[in-house]
Amino acid sequence: MSSLTKLTISPHIHSGRSTAGIMRDVIIALLPVSVAGVLIFGLRALAVIAVCVISCVGFEALFNLITKKDQTIGDFSAVLTGLLLALNLPANIPLWQCVIGALFAIIVVKCLFGGIGHNLVNPAITARVFMLVAFGSMAVAAFPVDTVAGATPLSAEKMPTLITLFLGNYGGAIGETCTLALIIGGVYLLVRKVITWHIPVVFILTVFVFSFFYKGFDAVSALSLVMSGGLFIGAIFMATDYVTSPATAWGKVIFAVGAGVLTCLIRYYGTYPEGVSFAILFMNILTPYISKWTKHKVFGTQEAVK
Amino acid sequence: MAFYLRGTNVPHRKNTLNKPVVRIPCPKTVTIPMSMHIGKQSIPTVKVGDLVKVGTKIGEADGYISANTYSSVSGKVVKLDEYLMYSGTTSTAVVIEADGEMTLDDSLKAPVINDNKDLVAAIKDAGIVGLGGAGFPTHVKFDVDPSRIEYLIINGAECEPHVTSDSVTMMTRADDMAYALSSLNRYLGIEKVIIGIENNKKDAILNMKEMAQSLTNFSVEVKTLPSLYPQGGEKVLVYHTTGRVIPTNKLPIDVGCVVINCTTLATIGSYLKTGIPLVEKCVTVDGGAVKNPQNVIAPIGTAVGDLFDFCGGLCEEPEKLIYGGPMMGITFPNTDSPVLKNTNAVLALTKKEAKLPKTTACIRCGACTNTCPFGLAPASISKAYDNKDIEALKELSVDTCMECGCCSFVCPANRPLVQKNKLAKELLRQEKMKGESK
Repeated sequence: MSSLTKLTISPHIHSGRSTAGIMRDVIIALLPVSVAGVLIFGLRALAVIAVCVISCVGFEALFNLITKKDQTIGDFSAVLTGLLLALNLPANIPLWQCVIGALFAIIVVKCLFGGIGHNLVNPAITARVFMLVAFGSMAVAAFPVDTVAGATPLSAEKMPTLITLFLGNYGGAIGETCTLALIIGGVYLLVRKVITWHIPVVFILTVFVFSFFYKGFDAVSALSLVMSGGLFIGAIFMATDYVTSPATAWGKVIFAVGAGVLTCLIRYYGTYPEGVSFAILFMNILTPYISKWTKHKVFGTQEAVK
Repeated sequence: MAFYLRGTNVPHRKNTLNKPVVRIPCPKTVTIPMSMHIGKQSIPTVKVGDLVKVGTKIGEADGYISANTYSSVSGKVVKLDEYLMYSGTTSTAVVIEADGEMTLDDSLKAPVINDNKDLVAAIKDAGIVGLGGAGFPTHVKFDVDPSRIEYLIINGAECEPHVTSDSVTMMTRADDMAYALSSLNRYLGIEKVIIGIENNKKDAILNMKEMAQSLTNFSVEVKTLPSLYPQGGEKVLVYHTTGRVIPTNKLPIDVGCVVINCTTLATIGSYLKTGIPLVEKCVTVDGGAVKNPQNVIAPIGTAVGDLFDFCGGLCEEPEKLIYGGPMMGITFPNTDSPVLKNTNAVLALTKKEAKLPKTTACIRCGACTNTCPFGLAPASISKAYDNKDIEALKELSVDTCMECGCCSFVCPANRPLVQKNKLAKELLRQEKMKGESK
């Protein structure tokens, strides 16, 4: 009798895709806009990014340690949450507020709901909204910083030119101004098959169409509205969060249309100048229902085709 | 086809495809279990001390869904033993010490066939079972009112990594296959044959097309299919070749199709020609631990260890031994295990090849449901199974699952999805039995 080998149930091989690999890809996709943010807003932006990332990872590690759970910081999701949070904040935000935001994102939104995969809403977005409510305008309306003067364009009388909006050399949150860098990141995610086109394309298109009508069929104004504010970072990076968006293609489309319409309603008829975060947050909550409505039809359970 | 079902890209690893097929010298002993098929195990018809030849019946089919078993070597029966099958059940196994002569049994002669009943009886006599891996007795598939069979679909998809024995059949045994097809056409009135082959097997496709052209009395179509696992799944293949949807818990015949594996077809052909029953198999011997991977023709019952020795031995201690491919194959515990009727490959995977990532939390990415050929929601099924929620499992239609393993393969958290599906199906089966016994 030769020695015994391992007995397991099939499959015996794996694709090699991993949660950590996916998170790493999203972080890589955010590098261009992070670099752009630092170039536009200066080293203060780098400090915000560092504080957010370090606090997020730190809080998650601490939570796991205290609650005696398996350490999960190795999956890079806390790094990603920190990075996304920072990119949604203005560069001149007090650093202590960043720490509070990270605490809220990681502990309240993520860990208390059971950790990765169990949160109902996107941690970074929710933290941003929390900061907006808690600290007033600090978190959303970008204050003029040293290098760039000007208010956040959505509330400004005069919009920057399309080229400026595309390159991002104007006021706003660290990661939301440089449309070019965000598109590069989005293309990378598509190529790496981390996300599908459905949510970003439909979300952005919906906002464009709505704005086009709202602005009296003025395509240039509609385009400026699309490229300003947090739409691109929201549509490409936040709304596509697996945990809090539907899995099927039709589910994604419904989610994106909903988020687009809500964004416009808040932007144009609400009291807040920017609606992307609220719109995504709201659709996050609807996600379980959208998923239920848009389940795949199971093969062979309909009438047999003869 | 308007559109293809989902699936996943698995690595091909068809290392043995273009290597010559070699016949292993007669092994010293063979161990032939009486259960190498789905259904009742056959009843041994020999006792210790009996002399047998190649093709001597050593096990009689026990009832309708069962199959005859034949000796694969000439020699002496030395043991009738309880044998622990890979499935965890036991079966009687006949151990034969070979005399090395490989003498054919004198009684073997080509069967005389006059009608469809004769043909079905011949297939049953030959002990032929589904050779693609399932091992379902083949005669049962053909034992229907011939007018119900509109299409005969030959499964040459061979979508599992590593495995190439079916490709080899299609490349080298076209004459046997053609002979079988002609008989099936003549006695069962099968007019339309479709051979489905994945597009990564160019030589097999060419050879089959050539064969199809030589058969002029009826239609034989070779359909090239994309290499997308699980192309060889029965329902997938029927859909991709005919556009017909087999409902859950129904069989191909319910939509007018019979599906058999290409090697099964070739075996039917060689039996009809020569009368030699199913006694040997072409087996792909592969995996990182095998020094010289190749396709080997071996008598059924040959110890897997003999195959490895014949292929230059093992270059390292294997982590896993597998019957079949790495996606749906079944592990077995040691190299004493024999080649079975339905063994199309034996793999010796190294530690590195068999390494699976750690299971982590579900991130609801939807990869499982977006890869499932049947559109199931494996993550939801897992949850329902954990809660033992029978109603939810029925609602999620877990019975539709063919256990191809795409969901587990793509899951970035490496969650045991198909494994839970299997457990869930078993749970539903038990519930149903409970309900019936009440």
